[in-house]
Amino acid sequence: MPNFDASITTPQDAYEHERLAHVHPQAWNNPTPAARYQLLIVGAGSAGLVAAEAAAALGVRVALVERHLIGGTCLNTGCVPSKTLIRTARAYADMRDAARYGARVPGDIQVDFAAAMERVRHVRSHLSGGDSVRRLAADGVDVFFGNAQFTGADSLTVNGVRLCFGKAIIATGARPQVPPTPGLREAGYLTNANVFNLTELPRRLLVIGGGPLGCELAQAFCRLGAQTTIVQDVPLFLPREERDAAQILSDAFARDGIEVRLNTQVINVRMENGHKLVDLVSDDYHSTIAVDAILAGVGRVPNVEGLLLEAAGVDYAPGTGIRVDDFLCTSNPRIYAAGDVCLEQQYTDTATASAHIALQNALQNALFGGRDRLSKLVVPWCTYTDPEIAHVGLYVREANRQDIPVKTFTVPMHEIDRAVTDSEQGGFVKIHVRERSDCILGATIVTRHAGDMINEITLAMVAGVGLRTLARVIHAYPTQAEAIRRAADAYNRTRLTPRLRARLRRWLAR
Amino acid sequence: MTDSATPMDETWLDDMQRSAFGYFAQLVDPHDGLVPDTSRANSPVSIAVVGFALSSYPVGVARGWMSRADALRHSLAALRFFRDSDQSGTPQATGYKGFYYHFLDIHSGARVWQSELSMIDTALLIAGVLAAASYFGDDTPDEIELRHIADALYRRVDWCWAQDGGDTIRQGWKPECGFLHYGWEGYSEAIVLYALAMGSPTHPISGHGYHAWTATYQWENLYDGDFLYAGPLFVHHFSHAWIDFRGIRDAFMREKCSDYFENSRRAVLIQREYARLNPYGFAGYDENGWGLSACDGPSDEQQDVANETRRLFGYAARGVPYGPDDGTLSAPAVLASLPFAPEIALEGIHSMLLRYPQILTDGRLASAFNPSLAMADGAAWVSAGHYGLDQGIVLMMIENHRSGLIWQLMRGCPYLVDGLRRAGFRGGWLLQPTHHGAR
Repeated sequence: MPNFDASITTPQDAYEHERLAHVHPQAWNNPTPAARYQLLIVGAGSAGLVAAEAAAALGVRVALVERHLIGGTCLNTGCVPSKTLIRTARAYADMRDAARYGARVPGDIQVDFAAAMERVRHVRSHLSGGDSVRRLAADGVDVFFGNAQFTGADSLTVNGVRLCFGKAIIATGARPQVPPTPGLREAGYLTNANVFNLTELPRRLLVIGGGPLGCELAQAFCRLGAQTTIVQDVPLFLPREERDAAQILSDAFARDGIEVRLNTQVINVRMENGHKLVDLVSDDYHSTIAVDAILAGVGRVPNVEGLLLEAAGVDYAPGTGIRVDDFLCTSNPRIYAAGDVCLEQQYTDTATASAHIALQNALQNALFGGRDRLSKLVVPWCTYTDPEIAHVGLYVREANRQDIPVKTFTVPMHEIDRAVTDSEQGGFVKIHVRERSDCILGATIVTRHAGDMINEITLAMVAGVGLRTLARVIHAYPTQAEAIRRAADAYNRTRLTPRLRARLRRWLAR
Repeated sequence: MTDSATPMDETWLDDMQRSAFGYFAQLVDPHDGLVPDTSRANSPVSIAVVGFALSSYPVGVARGWMSRADALRHSLAALRFFRDSDQSGTPQATGYKGFYYHFLDIHSGARVWQSELSMIDTALLIAGVLAAASYFGDDTPDEIELRHIADALYRRVDWCWAQDGGDTIRQGWKPECGFLHYGWEGYSEAIVLYALAMGSPTHPISGHGYHAWTATYQWENLYDGDFLYAGPLFVHHFSHAWIDFRGIRDAFMREKCSDYFENSRRAVLIQREYARLNPYGFAGYDENGWGLSACDGPSDEQQDVANETRRLFGYAARGVPYGPDDGTLSAPAVLASLPFAPEIALEGIHSMLLRYPQILTDGRLASAFNPSLAMADGAAWVSAGHYGLDQGIVLMMIENHRSGLIWQLMRGCPYLVDGLRRAGFRGGWLLQPTHHGAR
C-alpha cells in the first residue's frame, strides 16, 4: 500500500495528456507582450477565466497570467473531480440501498476504485476543453504561464518579462490550509490538491474538518469502501448551516457507516509499523485511531504570497487575502480582485459573479455605465453530500441579529409526493420571509437535489418575487421542487385571518 | 382547570399522579434526600430528579399522600446534603461554583460517570429547592432552616461564571477539560435556567444573555401552524413545570402575538400531525399514537415486525419533524402535555394504554415503547423500569392541570419573578405584585 501523501501523482494516461494539452501545454510559448494591456488578469481559475473571456468578447486588449493550470481549483482539484467522484459513490450507495427502492441488492458489490478515478480524469479532461489555452488565445486573450510579480502600480513581470496594464484583476484563488497538528507533515497527508490523483483506495481514512469539502469527500470515500472517520472540532458539521440541516447530515453519515467524531480535536499524529496513529481528544475523552490516509487541508488560505503586492500598493493579509471594498477595488485604484483571494464565500459561482463585478467596475469609465456592488449579490451555495444542503440569503440567526422579524415556512419532504416515491423523505424546504410580508430573506433546502432546487429561490430573490407569487407558479407534478410551492401555499393560507375567514363564510352562506 | 376532564378522568388522573409520586416516596434516600435517576439497579442520583422530587412533595402533602412532616424531612435532608456537599470542583466532588455534577453516587453523593457540571440540571434542582422554600413557609425551626438553606443554595450559584465570558450560558463544565463546547442554540427547556440566572441577587447574568439566546430561535410555520420550533416534546414541558407561562410574554412572543403556553399547545398539535402522517411507516403512530421526546429507547440492532433492520438510538432526544425517529414513543411526554391540550393528551394516553397495556407497570408509565420492534412474545418493546424525570414531569403537569399548585408556588418566588421580568416578560399574572416567598 502506498504512503498516501503529496508524493502521489496523477497517472499519465491519455486523459491526463489531453487535460494538460488544454490547461498547460508543454510546448506553450508565451506571446510577445503588447506595449500595454487595457486589462491584465492574474490567475486563470474560475474568476480569471470569466473576466478574460468577457473582456476579450468586448474587444478589450487583455492578458491572462497563470502560474500553474488553466481552470484553477474548480476544474482541476475542486468541484469537477469531486462531483464526478461523488456521482460514482452515490451509485454504489444506491446499489447497497436497493432494497429501499424495492429492488434486489446486487449479490457481489465490489468497488472498482481505479475505474472511479479513471472516470474522474476522463470527465476532468473533457471539461477542460471548454477553457483551453488555445481557445483563449483564439478568442484574443494573451495567455502567459509563469510567476507574476508586481513591479509597480501598473506593471508586473512574468518570468522576468514586463507587462504593463491600465487596469488589473487579481484572481489567484486559494489553496488548502493544513492544520499545524504535530506529526501530521511527517506522517504525510492528502489534500484536495492531490486526493484525486489516487488510484488505490485507502482502507482506513481520516478526514480532518467537517466543512463542505470534508463532508463531501468523507461520504464519497466511505461509500467507495474506505473505513472512514471524520473529525470535527465543534459540535456540529457545517457550523454555518442551520442546526437541523447539520443534524440530518450527521444522521446520514451514521447511516452510511462513517464514524463521526464531533467536538473532537486532532492533537497528534505519529507513524508506527506503517500505520498512521492519530491521537484525538473530545473534552476529557482521549482516544487513538489507526488509519492509512489522512485528508487534511479542508480549510482554504488565499494565494497572496510571491506576488509582490506591496510593490503595487495592494493591501492584503495572509489569512484573509486581498482587502477590497464593496466594488472589489483594492487599495490601488487600478487594481481589482475577484474570487477566493479576496472573498469570504469561496465558491465557484461566487468567484465568477465577483469577476463580472470586478470587470464591470474596472472598465466602467471606458465601456460601462454604473458600478456594481459585491453586497448586492444574492449568492446560493450547496454542500454536495447526500442529502445535499443548499442555502441562499439570510439565516434566521442573522435576521434576528439584525432585528429583522423573520418567519420560516417549513415543508418537510415527507409531505411531497415525489420525495415519497423516491424514498427521499428525510429533508426539508425552509423559506424565511420578513414577518407579515412575503419578502423572501433566504432559504435552506435539504434533499438529494437541493442544489438544483435552491435556484428557484435565488431567482425569486434577485427578481424581487415574493413568496405569494411563487404560489401561482405551476410546478411540474410530481417533482420535489413542489415543496417550494407548498411553502408558498402555506404562506397564502396565513393571509386568511379568522376575520377574513368569517367574512368569507358569511358571503358563501348568502 | 378541570373542565375538560370527566369524573372518570379525574379518578384516573389521581391514580396516575399518585403512582408517579410513589416513585419519589419509595426511592428517596431518607438520610440525604437524594433520588435515583431510574428505578433500575445501581442507578446513580440525577440532580434534576431531586429537583422534581422537591417539587413533588408539596403535591403529595396537598393530596394527602404524604404527611407534611415527612415531606419536610425529605426536603430538608436534600437541602442539607447540597449545602454541605463538596464544592471544590475536583473530579470526585459534588459540585463547583454552586452548580452540581449531573450524576452523583447514590451512597456518597460524589460525582459518577465523569459526568459534567450541568447548568440546566442544576437549574431544575434549584427550581425544586425554591418550590420547597415557597411551600414550607411556616415559622417553625425546620421550615425556617429550609428557607435559609434554599436561599443560600440559590445565592451560591455563579451564573455569570457559567457564561464563560460569552453571552449565552454554557451547557456544562468538567474538571478535566473546563467548559464543554456546547452552547444553547434554538428554543429549548432553558427558560427556567435563564430566569433563575437573571433573578440572582449575587451572580446575575444580564438581559443581554437572554436576548442572545432568543436570537437563535426559529419561528416556523409547519403543518399550517405557527410555532417556536423545537423538535422534542420535553422542551415544551420542562420550564412549564414550574413557570405559568399563560398570558406572560417576552419580547419575542410579544412580536409573535403568542406565548410559550400557547406554543406548547401548538407543539402538541404538530406532534400529532407528524404521527398521523407517519413518514416512515412505524407501527402505532397515528393521531392518538405520538410523543417523540427525550426518552429511553432500544439500542441494539433488532429485527422489527417487517423483518428489516433499522438504526436505533437508545436514550436520545427524539423529535419532529426531523427526527431522530426510530419508532419509539414516550407516553409520559403525552400525559405531560395535559395542561396545554387536555382532550388530545387524554385521548392519546388512553388509546396508547388500551393498545399497549404493558407500558404501565406499578401504575407508572414506562419511559418509552416501540411497537415496531416486537419482543420474543410478540409484544412491543418497552423500556424497563421507570425514569425519575418522566415521573416528575407527569406528576407536576397533572397537578398544574388540576390545581395549578406548582405554578402558584413559583409565582410567589421573587427570584424567579425578578428573573422573568429581567428577561423582558410582561403582562398576565406578572402585573400583580409579588407575594412573599423564598427570599
